[in-house]
Amino acid sequence: MGFEQTKDLLGLRELSREDIELILNTALPMKDIIKRDIKKVPTLRGKALATVFYEPSTRTRTSFEIAGKYLSADTVNLTVNTSSVLKGESLRDTIKTIEVMGFDLLVMRHSMSGTPHYVARNTRMRIINAGDGANEHPTQALLDMFSIKEKKGTLEDLKVAIVGDILHSRVARSNIYGLNKFGCEVRVVGPSTLMPPEIEKLGVKRYYSLDEALDGVDVINVLRIQKERQQLGLFPSLDEYADLYMLSPQHLLRAKDDVFILHPGPMNRGVEISSQLADSNVAVINEQVTNGVAVRMALLFLMMGGSKDEIAN
Amino acid sequence: MRLLIKGGRVIDPANGLNAIMDLLLDEGRIVTVEKDLADDVAEVIDARDKLVCPGFIDMHVHLREPGYEYKEDITSGSKAAAAGGFTTVCCMPNTEPAVDNAAIATFIRERARKTGLANVLPIGTITRGRGGNELSEMAELVSAGCIAVSDDGSPVMRADVMRNGLEYAKMFALPVLAHCEDLNLSHDGQMHEGYYSIIYGLKGIPVEAEEVMIARDIMLARLTGGHLHVCHISTMGAVDLIREAKEEGIKVTCEVTPHHLVLSDEAVGTYDANTKVSPPLRSWEHIEALREALSEGVIDCIATDHAPHHLESKDCEYVLASPGISGLETAVALIMNELVHPGILDIERMVSLFTTGPAEILGLDRGTLTPGKVADITLLDPDMIRTVDPAKFYSKGKNTPFKGRELKGWPYMTIRAGKIVAREGEIVG
Repeated sequence: MGFEQTKDLLGLRELSREDIELILNTALPMKDIIKRDIKKVPTLRGKALATVFYEPSTRTRTSFEIAGKYLSADTVNLTVNTSSVLKGESLRDTIKTIEVMGFDLLVMRHSMSGTPHYVARNTRMRIINAGDGANEHPTQALLDMFSIKEKKGTLEDLKVAIVGDILHSRVARSNIYGLNKFGCEVRVVGPSTLMPPEIEKLGVKRYYSLDEALDGVDVINVLRIQKERQQLGLFPSLDEYADLYMLSPQHLLRAKDDVFILHPGPMNRGVEISSQLADSNVAVINEQVTNGVAVRMALLFLMMGGSKDEIAN
Repeated sequence: MRLLIKGGRVIDPANGLNAIMDLLLDEGRIVTVEKDLADDVAEVIDARDKLVCPGFIDMHVHLREPGYEYKEDITSGSKAAAAGGFTTVCCMPNTEPAVDNAAIATFIRERARKTGLANVLPIGTITRGRGGNELSEMAELVSAGCIAVSDDGSPVMRADVMRNGLEYAKMFALPVLAHCEDLNLSHDGQMHEGYYSIIYGLKGIPVEAEEVMIARDIMLARLTGGHLHVCHISTMGAVDLIREAKEEGIKVTCEVTPHHLVLSDEAVGTYDANTKVSPPLRSWEHIEALREALSEGVIDCIATDHAPHHLESKDCEYVLASPGISGLETAVALIMNELVHPGILDIERMVSLFTTGPAEILGLDRGTLTPGKVADITLLDPDMIRTVDPAKFYSKGKNTPFKGRELKGWPYMTIRAGKIVAREGEIVG
């Protein structure tokens, strides 16, 4: 498999369908490990990974941390607050410092697109992109795809609607790249001011009407709306946003009978999703979180050279 | 010093010359241009298979001195100019302090005179401190040798100030060099808005950020009768606006950079900050429109917008990087390799875009090989093949997206006021 030789995981755009399948298949036994009473396996003993987040995150960071620990890797969370930036240390120097401590792999989140790519070029450590600006969030899309496959039994030729702020969403982009590789029909829906101008060129269908977008879909992926976008003048009010795009039970009538809902979290109840739906069994939001750990275990295993024998039982 | 340039193809658009001829220079002036000249005293330069052109003029460079000498200074910038085939460069006033008074302009000219490798002509600011509010003392700037005014790097956002700037500069026949960008539309933008900005996840700068401002400034040029020169145009719409304005008889000229003619926004995908520039690299439809406008005559000249930066402001996160490309030492070769050799741009037109084009915009008594004129000569070797190696730049700015690119057609020799200052990319003396 090509992926095992690829140094970094920066996005799904460059990843082949075969590599995605390998990751998702490897995540299956990982999920079993999470459900065990004794969750630790020794496969990555002696390996070290660091998470470096230049942007706040609870679930992604915790997910990577526990994934590393379940596999016995030494896992360190580096708190790179903005103070080191204010002190004038360049990113390159920060990364070099981490590298010479002996880490094998770096999980990086950054508010600026392309920063993990820049770092990857300048270090021997392997890099996993945990979200960069509005570019990609590959592990989120992988866990979404894992969740879809788990529920539907397949990823082939499904209709998936992504709802919300497409313009700023790295989750949307990574999902589009990943799902397109399996022949899915991806639809994006949201207000015109939160829609990139030439989004159709990514091979998706664009909608402004939520009802139309949901017609006959298998999966609905609801994005978190960042409230500060309203202050930038991109939409008039959260109320009007909710009127037009909050996913509520009546919207599901036009979708397939077995439709289910994904949300990358954290949710704004009453803005992009109604509480009633969020708590219903149509939403698999909590299952996504578990799957996130499994997918990240699979990635760490594949990228840090774990032994297959040690996860077998 | 007497020089005889023998056997080269003389291309002098102002005099309609394109023929194998010899050129005799003496005491810093052009003596004569004829076939089969002989001279007992002169040092002979064998120019067979070379192109002999008037000295190239780059009307848009940033030499960074005073204030940012770690990025470039007048000496290193003059060397880069000479090595790149330019005998005259016009330096933008966004220094620290800005060139909004005679003292700074005089300082720049004095430094350049001591270096002696290129004519360095300062450009003054339109507004005091480039603040965009109060007009600079333009009479004083003219008396100190400024040949134009510009707030380049920043647009003049206030339409009333721009109106007054055009109106006032008109009294001194100063062209107003406009950096056209609506800062509210381009806000936080990192690259051209389009397909690649979606997939690279970087905030886009729509072409309208440039075009809205060009349209405004054209209207203000019409209103005032002032000379508007639009810097570094990069879009199809800009070409259309300027073409229409010229047809209407409005006094408007424009320039284009080599990088906007040869490199598209796709290159940003590596997140190599050397591709970050203002205005941003555009998509191919715009590049093609710019190329057509060169031949058509809508675009008056090629200027590098040479913007040297130190390593740290490019070796970093893309969003944090400073925009700009170090262009003096690659401009000629890029145009030769990408436009002239493939037959997209006629060689005579190319030479005029680097000589008579800028000379006419700025009212300079240069850019021709007419006997009696200053002996600024650029010789090109159209067949020389070299690979771009920023480590060998004379400029302190190694920031180029063209590193490693093999190009055919380079400056062979640069002669400034009758003195050889560079030969095959190396400074002489």
